[in-house]
Amino acid sequence: MKITLENERDLKLMANSIRSDIMEMLVEAKSGHSAGPLGLAEVYTELFFREMNYDPKNTHLEGRDRFVLSNGHVAPVLYATMSRAGFFPKSEIMGLRKLGSKLQGHPSKKWLPGIENSSGPLGQGLSIACGMALAGRLDKKTWRVYCAMSDGEHDEGATWESILFAAKYKLDNLVAIMDRNFIQIDGKTEDIMPLEPLGKKYEAFGWHVISVDGHDFGALRRALSDARGTKGKPTMIIANTVPGKGVSFMEHLYEWHGKPPSKEQAQAALLELANERAKIEARTDAKGNASGGGKEAAAHLDAGARKGAAAKKS
Amino acid sequence: MHLLDPLAPDLPQVPTRDGFGKTVVELAEKDLNVVGLTADVAESVRMHWFAEKFPDRFFQCGVAEQNMAGVAAGLAYAGKMPFIAAYGVFSPGRNWDQIRVALCYGDANVKIEGSHTGLTVGPDGATHQALEDIAIMRVLPHMTVFAPCDAMEARKATIAAAKINGPVYIRCSRDKAPQFTTEKTPFEPGKAAMLKDGKDCAVVACGAMVHESLLAAAELEKNGVDAAVVNMHTLSDVDGKTLEEIARKTGRIITVEEHQIVGGLGSAVCEALSEKYPVPVKRIGMKMEFGESGTAKELLEKYGMNAKNIAKVCREMISAKR
Ligand SMILES: Cc1ncc(C[n+]2csc(CCOP(=O)(O)OP(=O)(O)O)c2C)c(N)n1
Ligand SMILES: [Mg+2]
Repeated sequence: MKITLENERDLKLMANSIRSDIMEMLVEAKSGHSAGPLGLAEVYTELFFREMNYDPKNTHLEGRDRFVLSNGHVAPVLYATMSRAGFFPKSEIMGLRKLGSKLQGHPSKKWLPGIENSSGPLGQGLSIACGMALAGRLDKKTWRVYCAMSDGEHDEGATWESILFAAKYKLDNLVAIMDRNFIQIDGKTEDIMPLEPLGKKYEAFGWHVISVDGHDFGALRRALSDARGTKGKPTMIIANTVPGKGVSFMEHLYEWHGKPPSKEQAQAALLELANERAKIEARTDAKGNASGGGKEAAAHLDAGARKGAAAKKS
Repeated sequence: MHLLDPLAPDLPQVPTRDGFGKTVVELAEKDLNVVGLTADVAESVRMHWFAEKFPDRFFQCGVAEQNMAGVAAGLAYAGKMPFIAAYGVFSPGRNWDQIRVALCYGDANVKIEGSHTGLTVGPDGATHQALEDIAIMRVLPHMTVFAPCDAMEARKATIAAAKINGPVYIRCSRDKAPQFTTEKTPFEPGKAAMLKDGKDCAVVACGAMVHESLLAAAELEKNGVDAAVVNMHTLSDVDGKTLEEIARKTGRIITVEEHQIVGGLGSAVCEALSEKYPVPVKRIGMKMEFGESGTAKELLEKYGMNAKNIAKVCREMISAKR
């Protein structure tokens, strides 16, 4: 059963836990990507703990929303989120990138139930998402397709081919969320291959575009609900994020694109994240809207409630 | 043959991508027409040395391998000698049509480095391990394909590539590997290098598998098996003459490659031998499956591409009834 978090405080705590998991996984794996995953904790929390309809124990559930990952190198944030969401035990996250682990260096449909598409090669996800959205529409289904993308992969021609396609077929059951963190491997996106004005480009290509602070749960929720209400066009949510978010010495630095922390760095990162966690707890306690006395109150909705929520959406 | 002892514990450990990257800089010092391009992976594929030294002749394409190949063709048509460098899975993996038509059919003087090839890419997993690149490049008319066995040979292959007027693919690896050839070890495009003579069987390998094969031959020697080892560094036009010679002498060939056993070195050897002097061949490599995450060492062991398994296959082949 899906775990739904409604309270802002619980969402923030979840994003914080996911960041800690990312650091723990990467230091153990000794290779992998730090910056992108850390920047995406709120986006993934919002999608998996609020927005999307799915059952982690029944990954073939016919009516599930489809999550298509395009920038597969951010696997750590997806794995951390999926384990917290109940797809697999948390103990397995330490297998990241190791021989025989379900948690392949880049997410694999062959290895991990719940993964809809194998990724790693950039600029493929949106095409796959378009295909799923078309199939859903052909079969008159109400499930939606969520495509997570990066900014760097907008250098790829194939990305723009699928942007054209989605608009042509008016795929309003498709919403793409871009990690606009302004970095890629070799440098800042605007130095490597300038993309701006990116929102205007999408608009010119026939998309509905919403630009949000990718760390603001309220804004993410409003954007996703706006997307659900948009008819006749696909929606692009540009999530403006800080790469490396939550770990001060990683923030904004492209050098952390594809590097794991050392042991000492991971310790420092985990300490920072623990301090941040204490602050979230204190802040929300003062406001009086805390729940569960510092523990995550994961509300387990029953099937009926979830179905009701899904029906309200469409 | 000038070789360092392949068993020496203190061999320099250098990835082939380094041999390529350093040599492009040297070539550019001498030839103003040399230009360098990459697709957001400069340091990974060792194009960053060129970028630092020749910023005006370096072009950062972003994550756009198809465009990079097309732009390189245009540069070549107008007299430049572009070196385009990216991961093998994406270049030639993604831009194969541009390579086929604009570079091969169009006779463009473009050199392609495909780095991060083979299983030794390790933890990144299946999507990033190029295991089909020899097949898709070897099949192209006008394309020369080199798979150097160590960083020193990558250097020679890069120099040779610049001398060829046409498209060349240089297959490189990410992982450090023992450098056992020297400045003096001959490298002649199209001519296989006989690294060790032998009479009981012949191991024909390319890339990092050449060193594994030498280790296997050393192990076999302890058991009284005399295995020849051949470095087939040029794969576009495999050296049939050398193959025929060793086939006549040993009667058994074992091929070893960090690649699918279909379409790569093993296939090329079978094609050549079947027309010249057919003998039994065993192909070691990926048996038509995808790789996975793990360390290079673990993966070579799991998929039977380490010295131990090469030696085992040789012994089995020798003891099998003909
Ligand atoms: C087709 C393709 N080319 C190259 C790569 C290598 N690569 C992996 S991540 C990356 C940078 C892309 O930028 P972005 O996704 O924005 O990275 P991030 O923000 O997570 O640092 C590149 C070039 C790839 N995965 N796929
Ligand atoms: Mg980015």
